[in-house]
Amino acid sequence: MKNNWPLWEVFVRSKNGLEHRHFGSLHAADAEMALENARDVYTRRNEGVSIWVVESKSITASNPENSEELFDPAQDKVYRHPTFYTLPDEVKHM
Amino acid sequence: MSEKEVKNLEEIFDQRIARDEKIEPRDWMPEKYRKTHIRQISQHAHSEIVGMLPEGNWISRAPSMRRKVALLAKVQDEAGHGLYLYSACETLGISRDELYEQLHTGKAKYSSIFNYPTITWADIGAIGWLVDGAAIINQVPLCSTSYGPYARAMVRVCKEESFHQRQGYEIMMTLAKGTPEQKELAQDALNRWWWPSLMMLGPTDAESVHTEQSMKWKLKRKTNDELRQQFIDQTVPQADLIGLTIPDPDLKWNEKTGHYDFGEINWDEFWQVVKGHGPCNKERLSARVNAWKEGEWVRDAAMAYAEKQNIKKLKKVI
Amino acid sequence: MENENKIQYIYGIADNALILGQRLSELCGHGPNLETDIAMTNMALDLLGQTRSYYQYVAQLSGDEKTEDDIAFLRTERQYKNVLLVEQPNRHFGYVITRQFFYDVFHLLLLQELQNSSDETLSAIAKKGIKEVSYHQRFSSDWIKRLGDGTEESHQKVQEAINDLWRFTDELFHMTDDDDIAMQNNIGVNTIVLKEKYIQTIEGVFEEATLAIPETKWFQKGGKQGVHSEHMGYLLSDLQYMQRVYPNMKW
Repeated sequence: MKNNWPLWEVFVRSKNGLEHRHFGSLHAADAEMALENARDVYTRRNEGVSIWVVESKSITASNPENSEELFDPAQDKVYRHPTFYTLPDEVKHM
Repeated sequence: MSEKEVKNLEEIFDQRIARDEKIEPRDWMPEKYRKTHIRQISQHAHSEIVGMLPEGNWISRAPSMRRKVALLAKVQDEAGHGLYLYSACETLGISRDELYEQLHTGKAKYSSIFNYPTITWADIGAIGWLVDGAAIINQVPLCSTSYGPYARAMVRVCKEESFHQRQGYEIMMTLAKGTPEQKELAQDALNRWWWPSLMMLGPTDAESVHTEQSMKWKLKRKTNDELRQQFIDQTVPQADLIGLTIPDPDLKWNEKTGHYDFGEINWDEFWQVVKGHGPCNKERLSARVNAWKEGEWVRDAAMAYAEKQNIKKLKKVI
Repeated sequence: MENENKIQYIYGIADNALILGQRLSELCGHGPNLETDIAMTNMALDLLGQTRSYYQYVAQLSGDEKTEDDIAFLRTERQYKNVLLVEQPNRHFGYVITRQFFYDVFHLLLLQELQNSSDETLSAIAKKGIKEVSYHQRFSSDWIKRLGDGTEESHQKVQEAINDLWRFTDELFHMTDDDDIAMQNNIGVNTIVLKEKYIQTIEGVFEEATLAIPETKWFQKGGKQGVHSEHMGYLLSDLQYMQRVYPNMKW
């Protein structure tokens, strides 16, 4: 029988206050095992306080070929950033 | 896609790498880039898991509790490193099972150094000190290689690996400072592992086929000969410090070059081991094949169980 | 004399961790999958870590410049007080998981009681161990279920291991004279009362796993008195090899 364990993506919160970050992937037969494996593989050195696992095939990703239309239009919207606006020197913090 | 379009894409691709941009899994890449990366990353992964065997050999016989847990943790790290690297490789569209298949059928290579036997405890020290030392020299530059998943895996590997070499050197130091019998163990291990460690950094530049392309893609940042020289220059003083002698009568400091000169490497031995005639090639491969075969019913059971559980969950919903 | 009793009592717990840790570490690099290999090595490291805490305490109690290594490596066969269960070999993954599961369930119950010991060091070791062993039990019960309710082959294999290993479980609850004295001094645990909960837990997991406890009425014991199975000598030859061949050296 050729019945291979599917691939899972692992996200770990390093400490409370921080977001979960993608740490890597691993193979597991089910979600429970994926969590346990993630604990054993990715937090051996005290790297985490919380783990998310999600089966890789459940992730929908943007296509790099569409990068220009997706992300370039945001480049020239400088008015979204505070440095776009002028302030008198006297105003120190705003 | 026409040939011209491909050529155009390739040019853009090369420029991106030259600008130190990273390539990510879903980005367009030349087929050759993909293939070369699968080959190198999987070789690297295979080396990690085959590398568990010679050291794993001594876990049950480690001489103290402290050494036992350190060695166990080290060999476990190697399993982890294999796993990170297989995962990086899988992002290129090949499964771990296919990669195992290549290893098990002898199609894929792994580092030849692991085809040498670990016959005394001192070999565990020598492997940590020399083999991991040479590996680190190879690996550190890969932390900034062009393929994102590989670079990220290497960052994690290098971070974790930092204790491995120290572990080995400490073993050698303890032996070298110990009884005459212990010192002899240490010297004997150094004698046997020195030359294979130098070979580990790859054939001489003149013989190396992939170097130029690999440099461009940042799979390599220095040539094999440069890496070897770096390894020798850094290791010789470490041997002196603990009173061990490098088994090379031609080894001497060269004031002019600022490097050590060293003797002729027996490349014939290197190629023989690569071809499968090393002392433990057969044992290493069959250990991997056996573990995989004997584990098959276990992996199948877990999948069957997972499917049954899913069906149960669905029934509950309905 | 009080110390001697305490030391013997600790051996009865610590040697289990050492020998089971040794058995698990033999598997490092040979697991059914990389992930499982890493997980089982973690359990081995937990157990060897616990062993060291116990032995370091014994070394301190004996007060004759003994080290943890003298205790781990330089006793003779009859001086090891582990139960027969933990020295059983790694015949196949079904055996490994069953042995682990049978020990984990007991181990957790034991530590949950031992944390109330009047001996502060033992209580502290137990408290730390509970966290580790809770995870071990979770890992091994999950795998018992996977193997039991997985494929026909896995069901048959794990049931075979259960049928073989069940006869070693009763010894877990056997009280030696040292256990009795330690219990009377509020240092040790009365293991007899743990048995009911033990059987309940095993039955609960087995029910989900579609597995059964065999009908055996005859149980093996002896390890706690230092009368081991024939496997033990080979295990010790590996374990003690370096210390025996190169005596009185630092490593």
